[in-house]
Amino acid sequence: MKPKNQRLVLVIAALAAVMAAALLAMWGLKDRAAYFYTPADVATGKAKEGRSVRLGGMVERGSVVRLGDGVTIRFLLTDGKARTPVVYRGITPDLFREGSGAVAEGRLQGGTFIADTILAKHDERYMPPELGNLTAEHKAGKTLAR
Amino acid sequence: MIAEAGLAALWLAAGLALLQFVLMIVALRTPVEVARTMRAVAVLQGALTLIAFAALLIVFARTDLSVALVVENSHSAKPFVYKVAGAWGNHEGSMLMWVTILAAAGACLGLLSRRTGERTLIAALGAQAALALGFYAFLLIASNPFARLNPAPLEGHGLNPLLQDPGLAFHPPTLYLGYVGLSIAFSIAVGALVTGEVDSRLGRAMRPWVLAAWILLTLGITAGSYWAYYELGWGGYWFWDPVENASLMPWLAATALLHSVSVLAARGALKAWTMMLAVIAFSMSMVGTFLVRSGVLTSVHAFAIDPERGTFLLALLAIYVGAAFALFAWRGASLKEGAPFELVSRETGLVINNLLLSVILGIVFLGTLYPLFVEGLSGEKLSVGAPYFNAVAGPLALILAMLVGIGPLLAWRRETRPVFGKLKIPLLIGATALAITIILAPAIGILPRLGLTVAAYLAGASLLPLIGRNPLRAPLATWGMTVAHFGIAVAIAGMAANGAFTSERLAVARPGETLSVGPWLVQLEEVTPTAGKNWTAMEGELRATRGQGPVTLKPQTRYFTDPPTETNEAAIDTFWNGQLYTVIGKPDEAGGWQLRLWWKPFVTLIWAGGALIALGGALALLGRLWRRRRGEHDWRRRYV
Repeated sequence: MKPKNQRLVLVIAALAAVMAAALLAMWGLKDRAAYFYTPADVATGKAKEGRSVRLGGMVERGSVVRLGDGVTIRFLLTDGKARTPVVYRGITPDLFREGSGAVAEGRLQGGTFIADTILAKHDERYMPPELGNLTAEHKAGKTLAR
Repeated sequence: MIAEAGLAALWLAAGLALLQFVLMIVALRTPVEVARTMRAVAVLQGALTLIAFAALLIVFARTDLSVALVVENSHSAKPFVYKVAGAWGNHEGSMLMWVTILAAAGACLGLLSRRTGERTLIAALGAQAALALGFYAFLLIASNPFARLNPAPLEGHGLNPLLQDPGLAFHPPTLYLGYVGLSIAFSIAVGALVTGEVDSRLGRAMRPWVLAAWILLTLGITAGSYWAYYELGWGGYWFWDPVENASLMPWLAATALLHSVSVLAARGALKAWTMMLAVIAFSMSMVGTFLVRSGVLTSVHAFAIDPERGTFLLALLAIYVGAAFALFAWRGASLKEGAPFELVSRETGLVINNLLLSVILGIVFLGTLYPLFVEGLSGEKLSVGAPYFNAVAGPLALILAMLVGIGPLLAWRRETRPVFGKLKIPLLIGATALAITIILAPAIGILPRLGLTVAAYLAGASLLPLIGRNPLRAPLATWGMTVAHFGIAVAIAGMAANGAFTSERLAVARPGETLSVGPWLVQLEEVTPTAGKNWTAMEGELRATRGQGPVTLKPQTRYFTDPPTETNEAAIDTFWNGQLYTVIGKPDEAGGWQLRLWWKPFVTLIWAGGALIALGGALALLGRLWRRRRGEHDWRRRYV
């Protein structure tokens, strides 16, 4: 290759790589990104069945029930407007408790959310940012109720 | 007093950085003899930040509760090691460590650089000072680690218990050394773009710095992966968490840079491309710092969510990346044409390596930032996780691993002989592995199966550069390359084996009951309370048998009081052919305990592979430095 051509070929190859990355990423993101929903979104039908999504809310007090096998739990996630039943098989994370915030990853199946993973607050200070607004609204709601 | 001394040292260091920057501007306009002075200033600046960092370690070691940062992140009842390591387990402390390493890297450049041309070195030291200035400003204005609290409270708030682990002492410093060490390559590239002295000599000058940073980054990522694996109790080694991606992106860019700088050093080709990669690699480090420290992403690593800091970091990022790219656009095209090479040559092989790594980097970058874009544009929240990264980046990584076996066989400039003859045996090994997995394990997923195949092939192919010659007389750098490439095969084998053969068991067991997982029978003997310095725990005693004698594992659920938190302490037993991984959960009313058990065949190969890759880098670095020592007279006469 002549030097001039060589530089041209390299530039074209680099551009092609950038394009390829962008196209591949767009193709992958189209149906592999998990959207974040609240129970209200589920109630209004915004969250589609069967797709991998995240569901965030507060664990309703008194709703956590352990099923017969001892490792599956069922509980209600609420955002103050609606509730969604969630089923999860596994050891619940540290600080997963009733009345506190949690995010479930998984899919909706016949109105019930089948969770593969549960994320909860890591410590007193850390909380998934998605839940930040929710807690603020929740607190605001409480203050108004009073 | 010590805190004030630390703060004063930081201000002084910032002043010196300003001086260093001004000296560069003066020197580039008028021919004055400042190289020596600038080297001294850089070293002094590094020393001052080390003093500041030592001051922080001291206030943490003493649990000086008049310092706000100590109050927020430490506690007098903590074990001593974690008091000290806790100094960087928070936003301000970790930023101070970042800045300390940045200045120390500048000091190393000033102290050790012998091969960089003088004008380029002056410009590089100036660029390093400019980088440091912005981060001093960030530290002193928005994240002062030495702020006092008056009156001092009686007790601190404690450290996140997940961080109370030996991993904290090792993982962040190593990772940061690698991350921030890339700043040297960035500064040298900026310096060379300013002076236009981009040639094979610059490539040889830049290579050791890139190698050193890359080795530490590799070690840091490997260590972090193992830490997450045993500490989180989820049994996974990589979660595609945005913060993990933040360390993976600079690594991908640095790996590409490492290979392209070799082309520059050996052949004087790929000039503009190498400079571009050097800029991108450290830009990725800064992007990572922004992602982690601004708290814009959901992550265990996000210490604090503070919009002001996020904006500050974003502004720094925009200034430095923008300036470097502008410089590149202005000067890049005027660089002299690189040495030519044929289509079939080592150079082409390395170009393909670079292109594939860049595509993977682009995919990881877009996937990591996509949630931010979408939320910024439409307000919708989403997350991008393993399904995306595995499906899109995984196959490309395997293709790259296939090509890793071929590249080193090609000659520089022009390969005339066919190389596929040499590859017959490795290809045969790969095909055999594929056949065996199809017969013995027909049900495993496509990606793990291909992973095992490629790993088997690459394990053979990576050794070819040492075959057909006396391996003892091969250069150390060749050994390094071979070991690193073999390490890739080992790591892929570990990931694929883990994905294909892991058995998992989740059940409730009462004391005396036995569960089976993989080839193991695991009996829960008893559960007893126990305590440590600042925690209490319920500890399960498990007896595992598999034909031969039993082993005992003791997983715990720990309860910390400051701050109140529970953590799972997994108990892991390592065997030559895998790991038995056990977690104890919560009790039920009937006296049973939740147990989660994994048998993970050959999972340890993942980290062994990572360690081999880093070892390969270390061998190559030693080889380069040693050769330089031997050839000292030669290049002294030629260059200095």
